[in-house]
Amino acid sequence: MAKRIEVSDLSIYYNNFLAVEGVNISIEPRSITAIIGPSGCGKSTFLRTLNRMHEVIPGGRVEGKVVMDGQDLYGEDVDPVDVRRQIGMVFQRPNPFPTMSIYGNVAAGIRLNNTKMKKSDLDDLVERSLKGANLWNEVKDRLDRPGAGLSGGQQQRLCIARAIAIEPDVLLMDEPASALDPISTLAIEDLMHELKERFTIVIVTHNMQQAARVSESTGFFNLNGIGQPGRLIEFNSTEKIFGNPDVKATEDYISGRFG
Amino acid sequence: MTATKAPIETPSKQPPVRRPGDRIFAGTAKGSGIFILLVLAGVAAFLIGEAIPALTAPSADIPGGEGLAGYVGPLILGTLLGAVLALLVATPLAVGIALYVTYYAPRRIAAVLGYVIDLLAAIPSVVYGFWGLAVLAPALVPFHVWTAEHLGWIPFFAGPASTSGRTMLTVGLVLAVMILPIISAIAREVFSQAPALHREAALALGATRWEMIKLAVLPYGKSGVIAGAMLGLGRALGETMAVAIILSGGAGATVNLISNSNPSTIASNIALRFPEATGLGVNTLIASGLVLFLITLAVNMLARWVVNRRADFSGAN
Repeated sequence: MAKRIEVSDLSIYYNNFLAVEGVNISIEPRSITAIIGPSGCGKSTFLRTLNRMHEVIPGGRVEGKVVMDGQDLYGEDVDPVDVRRQIGMVFQRPNPFPTMSIYGNVAAGIRLNNTKMKKSDLDDLVERSLKGANLWNEVKDRLDRPGAGLSGGQQQRLCIARAIAIEPDVLLMDEPASALDPISTLAIEDLMHELKERFTIVIVTHNMQQAARVSESTGFFNLNGIGQPGRLIEFNSTEKIFGNPDVKATEDYISGRFG
Repeated sequence: MTATKAPIETPSKQPPVRRPGDRIFAGTAKGSGIFILLVLAGVAAFLIGEAIPALTAPSADIPGGEGLAGYVGPLILGTLLGAVLALLVATPLAVGIALYVTYYAPRRIAAVLGYVIDLLAAIPSVVYGFWGLAVLAPALVPFHVWTAEHLGWIPFFAGPASTSGRTMLTVGLVLAVMILPIISAIAREVFSQAPALHREAALALGATRWEMIKLAVLPYGKSGVIAGAMLGLGRALGETMAVAIILSGGAGATVNLISNSNPSTIASNIALRFPEATGLGVNTLIASGLVLFLITLAVNMLARWVVNRRADFSGAN
């Protein structure tokens, strides 16, 4: 439960193109770490390397180390499938499986992991996960309906329920609220406050107020120009980043004097 | 709405603006739709009109002397046997090929393989017929013998095993090869369109590649595969040349796939008998064509029904 991730000298490539260069970062357990920066700076790419989803894209590869509680995630004998079972992910656009019911979506991860589970235990787990995602009261009467029939905000919380149902150690969120209205965004942010009691959370966001509201630590990514690799410019406590950042570029970005 | 215009009356009375381009396009589209209905209606009317004499004739006058049902029955059985056998063999194979090409093969091999499979569809059915007769039938004789020996208790393999290999089994396999490119081309298309969003959702949950396919690709592509299979079945049901060349039909109704006596199929029977048919014989053949038409129609409607049954969960919403 809730593990620490140490990233050292991580460079991320698409074939021979260096997308992100030399990231060093330490992600604390039971806290929310926000990643901010302009479009194209490699925030999402970096996030996807933490659970080895980056490799899904043809030509995607990394150099450097990502260590979670002493376990090298890119070690030679590490199966990316196992990594992803420990590090869950929520995507920018809500993506419940359209061919499955609400219940089926939440249970999908468990069924994958081949753990034999009694029906009653599975029912409990689905209920617990949906409650954990603050969705239970809205869907408890229609668990057998398609997940795609929910509203966007509900779908995103369904995806969170699906991710936490397999009890990961870390939860990655890639702009989880950017496709949602303010009310649904607030619901997701409230939920994140509850979830950080149990999980390590890393969130990528375009919304600086959101980063300031929810996170304990913030990393600022930037790039020098088109075609240049993205870099981690500053990593600090959120208070410091938004109050008195160490680096001028961070201050420029935060205050809107960017570029 | 400009100030220069005369005062506007109640807006509901104003006809909507219709641009000529829109009207021409709408007209052409509507015309095409009506045209296809007319063609269908024309074919159906011809079939029914010409079949009526055979439908009403006393059973002794129908070729074979056992009435229309006695004449068409074995043909229906033969048609369905060959086509269903082809479908059973071809569908899993086509799905496998499509999955391999879209999700497993290295990109270069996938492209080549795609072309090769498409090429299968370009071979004329006469060539398939000769290939079935000259190559596949003799090659399958040992298999016929084996099935008669070991699986003889199943009615389909009751034997005696054919020594020429010109059997319903061979026909089914040739038809399977013929419909393989149709099904696999459609399956490939729908599999490759499975949304990355859902594939990534599966992978991020810790799915292996096969589990990802099970979760995000197969459910998404299911209706497409069914549609492809039905197209293939349609082709197999109506296939004439290949069947006529391989099969020496004419035997009564039997489900035995591996013996020398086989029922013919509707399409190949029409092709073989039509040139010499006269009088009521022609009407009888057309009546059998009507039956084929109805079977194909039923197959398509069944496919529609299967596809629509779980429309809520189709992923189209």
